[in-house]
Amino acid sequence: MAYSDKVIDHYENPRNVGAFGKDEEGVGTGMVGAPACGDVMKLQIRVSKDGVIEDARFKTYGCGSAIASSSLVTEWVKGKTVDEAATIKNTQIAEELALPPVKIHCSILAEDAIKAAIADYKKRYGESQQEAGAKAVNE
Amino acid sequence: MKLPIYLDYSATTPVDPRVAEKMIPFLCEHFGNPASRSHAFGWKAEEAVEQARANVAALVNCDPKEIVWTSGATESINLALKGAAEFYKSKGKHLITVKTEHKATLDTVRELERRGFEATYLDVRPDGLIDMKQLEAAFRPDTILVSVMFVNNEIGVIQDIPAIGELCRSRGVLFHVDSAQATGKCPIDLGALKVDLMSFSAHKTYGPKGVGALYIRRKPRVRLEAQIHGGGHERGFRSGTLATHQIVGMGEAFRIARQEMAVENNRIRALRDRLLKGMQEIEEVFVNGDLDRRVPHNLNISFNFVEGESLIMAVKDIAVSSGSACTSASLEPSYVLRALGRSDELAHSSIRFTLGRFNTEEEVDYTVDHLKAKVAKLREMSPLWEMYKDGVDLNSVQWAAH
Repeated sequence: MAYSDKVIDHYENPRNVGAFGKDEEGVGTGMVGAPACGDVMKLQIRVSKDGVIEDARFKTYGCGSAIASSSLVTEWVKGKTVDEAATIKNTQIAEELALPPVKIHCSILAEDAIKAAIADYKKRYGESQQEAGAKAVNE
Repeated sequence: MKLPIYLDYSATTPVDPRVAEKMIPFLCEHFGNPASRSHAFGWKAEEAVEQARANVAALVNCDPKEIVWTSGATESINLALKGAAEFYKSKGKHLITVKTEHKATLDTVRELERRGFEATYLDVRPDGLIDMKQLEAAFRPDTILVSVMFVNNEIGVIQDIPAIGELCRSRGVLFHVDSAQATGKCPIDLGALKVDLMSFSAHKTYGPKGVGALYIRRKPRVRLEAQIHGGGHERGFRSGTLATHQIVGMGEAFRIARQEMAVENNRIRALRDRLLKGMQEIEEVFVNGDLDRRVPHNLNISFNFVEGESLIMAVKDIAVSSGSACTSASLEPSYVLRALGRSDELAHSSIRFTLGRFNTEEEVDYTVDHLKAKVAKLREMSPLWEMYKDGVDLNSVQWAAH
């Protein structure tokens, strides 16, 4: 199967590979997928006090498209507020990477990973801080 | 050393230059139709076809009259299974095959099921071999045909063809063997084996694509219903003008195989063992299939916690495959490895290396170094590897399956 240049670029030079410390302040972790399906994505976001995603990390077990999708979203979420990041759609990821139909599930998984990381962040730090952040941005 | 390195000889082999040289005169110069009985053009072509038939027969120790030319192993398998099932259907309608067979067999048996036949698909043991007790238990009074591959295309294990032949013959059941991956890799003696039908391919043994053969035993005689009609070529078993140049190529390829296989297999086994030794220096690698009852050129390994497709993408200087070329476009893990009882993770993490005539030690060493570096890089990126290193039991994790 031929991959697009963007997939190959992200695959060969993945952005933001790694993990944050388990107890690092402001970190939300999402892990989606299953080894049995051939893809597992772990996405982490580190959110500043004003609700902006300062940094992101990923680790992915999966095909080249899965790795590229997760690498791409770590770039996209940076600088966004948590709520803005939650609006990233799998179709945008698939379009950006020119994924073929059999690889669309990789982009779905990447969207799920962002949502899972945000949900974990909100669970840990509550809505209050997040709302405060959103307010700060609006102001 | 030239890149990329070809380590996918079970998908196809290059045509040996000696084979190509033999083929060329039969394109422009000796172009006659071997069925033309009235002039020298036809006689020349017929002579070449019969010489090739003798060379194929010699490799597997049978009578040249028992060899019928086809377009390849897939057609041979179709002719053997459909032809025998249709001819002997008044005797019974039950067929036996194995879950790890090539799709050429599995899809043909499925088609026969649609036509009203019944089939039993045998499991294999974790080493990839058939359990003889299970085979014995699978026979029914109306069993007419058993089909088992000599050598598995993914994991290279060699089934116990002599023993299966005995079981079939003693019950009066026909036995077809798919030998596409066996020629030139392990000795085949049809004089001793109780095999009734055997399928061959040229392009897995340094011959050209598009030609194969089917062995049809004469004593005791095996009858088949022809699948392709029109002219009655090949004693009515397979009509159609013979592809003289392809057939000449297959004959020469099999002649070379017979002459050189003993020496060549020792050389390739040494390369394979060198590759295996290098791979075993990597943590958490598992060889799939029995290592002893195996052709010398195959190594199928799972690199735990690394997904196979991404690894193949990472080692783009090395031509390998995950599973067979026929199924690698799908997202399913190898059905052969699943049949061995391998977990989904390990089945998703497998790479098949198949070495051959033109590989060198230098290429093997490059492959080992390259694989080590790429596996390490992908594991750095793998959440499963991280969990494994943290001592997490992956089986205890509640995965959000999608």
